[in-house]
Amino acid sequence: MAALKKTTEEMQFIIATDVGSTTTKARLFHKKDGEWRFLVAGEAPTTVEEPYEDVTLGVQNAVREVEELTGHKLLAPDGSGIVLPYDGEKGVDLYVTTSSAGGGLQMMVSGLIKSMTAESANRAALGAGAIVMDIIARDDGRQPYQKIRRIRSLRPDMILMAGGTDGGASSHVMEIAELIKAAEPKPRLGVAYKLPIVYAGNKVLRPQIEALLKEGFALDIVDNIRPVLEQENTEPARRAVHELFMEHVMSHAPGYTKLMKWTDVDIMPTPAGEGMAMQLIANTFNLNVLGVGLGGATTNVYSIMDGRFVRSVSANLGMSYSVTNVMKEAGIDNIMRWIPFNLDTEEVASRLMNKMIRPTTIPQTLEDLIVEHSVAREALRLGLQHHRTIATRLKGIQIERTISDMFDQALEETYVKMMNIDILAGTGGLLSHAPRRIQSMYILTDAWQPEGVTRMFQDSVFMMPHLGVLSTVYRDAAWSIFDKDCLVRLGTNIAAAGTGKLGERVMTVELEMPNGEEVKEELSLGDIKLVKLTEFEEAKAMIIPGKEYDVGAGPGKEFEATVSGGVAGVMLDARGRPIYLPEEDDQRKELLLKWFKVMDLYDESKLEELI
Amino acid sequence: MVDAATEKKTSGEGKEAGEAHAYTPGLKVKKAMKVDKLRRLPILGEVFLKVGDKVSYDEIVARTEISGDPEIVKVAMLLGLEPEDIPRFMNKVVGDTVEKGEQMAFYSALFGLIKKRVESPIDGTVESISEITGQVILRGAPIPVEVDAYIQGTVVEVMPREGAVIETNAAFIQGIFGIGGETHGDIHVIVKDNTQVVDADMIKPEHEGKILIGGSLVTLDALSKAAEVGVSAIVSGGIRHDELTTFTGEEIGVAITGQEELGITLIITEGFGKMTMNQRTFDLLKEFEGFRASINGATQIRAGVLRPEIIIPHEKLEAGEAEALSQGMVPGTPIRIIRQPYFGAIGKVHSLPVELQQLESESKVRVVNIELENGEVVMVPRANVEIIEE
Repeated sequence: MAALKKTTEEMQFIIATDVGSTTTKARLFHKKDGEWRFLVAGEAPTTVEEPYEDVTLGVQNAVREVEELTGHKLLAPDGSGIVLPYDGEKGVDLYVTTSSAGGGLQMMVSGLIKSMTAESANRAALGAGAIVMDIIARDDGRQPYQKIRRIRSLRPDMILMAGGTDGGASSHVMEIAELIKAAEPKPRLGVAYKLPIVYAGNKVLRPQIEALLKEGFALDIVDNIRPVLEQENTEPARRAVHELFMEHVMSHAPGYTKLMKWTDVDIMPTPAGEGMAMQLIANTFNLNVLGVGLGGATTNVYSIMDGRFVRSVSANLGMSYSVTNVMKEAGIDNIMRWIPFNLDTEEVASRLMNKMIRPTTIPQTLEDLIVEHSVAREALRLGLQHHRTIATRLKGIQIERTISDMFDQALEETYVKMMNIDILAGTGGLLSHAPRRIQSMYILTDAWQPEGVTRMFQDSVFMMPHLGVLSTVYRDAAWSIFDKDCLVRLGTNIAAAGTGKLGERVMTVELEMPNGEEVKEELSLGDIKLVKLTEFEEAKAMIIPGKEYDVGAGPGKEFEATVSGGVAGVMLDARGRPIYLPEEDDQRKELLLKWFKVMDLYDESKLEELI
Repeated sequence: MVDAATEKKTSGEGKEAGEAHAYTPGLKVKKAMKVDKLRRLPILGEVFLKVGDKVSYDEIVARTEISGDPEIVKVAMLLGLEPEDIPRFMNKVVGDTVEKGEQMAFYSALFGLIKKRVESPIDGTVESISEITGQVILRGAPIPVEVDAYIQGTVVEVMPREGAVIETNAAFIQGIFGIGGETHGDIHVIVKDNTQVVDADMIKPEHEGKILIGGSLVTLDALSKAAEVGVSAIVSGGIRHDELTTFTGEEIGVAITGQEELGITLIITEGFGKMTMNQRTFDLLKEFEGFRASINGATQIRAGVLRPEIIIPHEKLEAGEAEALSQGMVPGTPIRIIRQPYFGAIGKVHSLPVELQQLESESKVRVVNIELENGEVVMVPRANVEIIEE
């Protein structure tokens, strides 16, 4: 990594790339009339594998496409990288990149108790952009020999080891350390490199840990992830993971040593970049955000609730490579329930298997598109379900319970409640490239079922990771591009939480439109409506729910809000929470079809042909 | 909808790079080519071959040992002692060998009234004795690992202590998906043509050890009977998803296969469902009836595509000149459509419109117009075709 070539004020051109597992995506940004904008995109296959085994080739190809499209020279003629800085004719002033090629950063984490230190270690690894392959804990239900067998079969890039509060448990923490050492885990990238271990456990044990592990591992010791039970301190571990990722993992991946010299700031794992972008939204609006990157192989879910950032990655939930795993985990019936016409289950299963083995194909027919959209709802639903197991309050802390809590049993673990979410944001191929923007808004709504008043955003052209890494050095430029060229305002969803009988009154929504017009909509259970309100327009809303329904102020209580428009508009959703889907097949299909038509989700005449 | 991986976006007015290529690389169906196989140990060891050696399928190329499985014995707990006390009661020190059942620690108190002993649960060596945890770690005997040649051929390169590259002149056919690992056998075609379904009654005891070539589909019953009879492998155009799930015992979530131990290797050449085997693939396999082939069902689609393969070493025809790099699609290029609504159809490139075109799904993507075998011209996204490599 080199120092910045110019101050941020002097910069005029910036290029950012994301070296993905299949495609390297370059995005060129330019400051014109004092304003940073997205200029052009170029893409090329990633070249991490044989016969190329050098990621910089793919980067050059993607950047070359940008050159061809703009006529702006970016590459050094001798193949030595990108021309830096911009000299008035060629080159850019800053080059940044993210990477998930070769499977990204794959980690194993360990802790003493599964729901306490191991869970904190898991959160820290995920927050650093890793895929967590396994979580080893004393109480994980496996015998030592089973854990050893598992560790021996894994080939992680790195291990994060937590356990014990400072001055707390010691011998049990050492037991796990001894177990890991005995298992002799081998790194994924070649025999010539020492497996990095980050120790973030009981600080009293540091000398013993060092004596045990410094031979044979690249050991890094950082502050305890749970110094006391009441506090989770993931930042030092996260930072150490990031540094070791650069120092050990990246430098062993083909071509990365070269790429590291080209860039002006550290290479960041793609999900970490995406997470930065989600945090940028939360920080700018100062609101709670739930975001998703629905990719071909993985689904990353991000929550920023009252300033707390948590990321989860569902490594095998995705829309291409992992599409059949969505089917496996959700069950084919859960996919079929979103399809409003007759289709043979085995036919759908075969199509998904065929998508898995030819992952770059795209739906040509409307029928195929609707099938993929159905799978997307389930991938998103499962991704959020997984996220909720990670976005939890700290366990192991004594909590005062009232009598009502005891009756309520509730004391739910997760704090990610849809009523508390202000913004939903989505990125990834399927959402970014949906033929109609309303489709991504509707799919996200079906899958996550927002409650109350929720704004909805999506990525225009996949560039959240690029802007995320850019935001670490030049926040203002990143936000300017994000705001104007990346963030598509889909609109706002107004939904009442609660359920009842089909046709019963759910809510009345009164909207005071920007032109002064008053719009009043009465909605019964099973209704959904769309009110046009364009991007950057706002309307005042008064929502009066039925007595069993909640729109944000409690059951039956009125709620007033300012709602923002978007390319889709304001969705008034009275389908119940959870969404009312009749058991009976024909009724369900009829209702789905009604919703599709009301929302103008697909071409109606073609949809009719499928019925 | 367009996958981010396949579509190019610009903020300009429809400016697009003018190149034209299929995004899904075509599967190789070659009558003669030089096939190189790297046979490598997972860790350093000993290589037994030298450049120029002729090898057979099952000849051992290299061998090594990986450290044995560790066994954790909680000695302090078993003796009822504090961890720091156990070294005094150990009969063994680090580096000593132990046999299964041999006493390795002994504790007596109250003038011998209380006696406790710890026996070794395995044959191995003492690797560590911890005064912090009271655990003793034993290491089992090293586990030998061998790599065989897999294909018949000649050693063309030796990597000292790692392995060797075996080369052969062979017919080389890639499938789209497979299960089961490396095996070999004689090629035997059991169908009349590439559309026929392989049923259980077509599998005979004399097919033991053979690689059976089917047509459009292999049924679950046929697969089960083939495994029972000891057939080495089956190659088919397609298989039903639900029958594969029943056969493997679990639904395939992500395409990382090859480790299954089902007693048979299966390769499908076209996809899931009933799918007529590509005529060229079928004809080529038929041409090599009776030849011995090496076959591997291992498939990995993410991060470095690995497709299942059939390698048939022969001297019928020498490999031609080094392969020219794929030219991409141009009018006349033979291609196959790999998604609905024309899945499986064969044709040739008619034209390649530069402008984005709208599909029935309303996505605007780059397309290719294809002249099908019946003369009809259809429009298909470029992402949904593969070039037939000839």
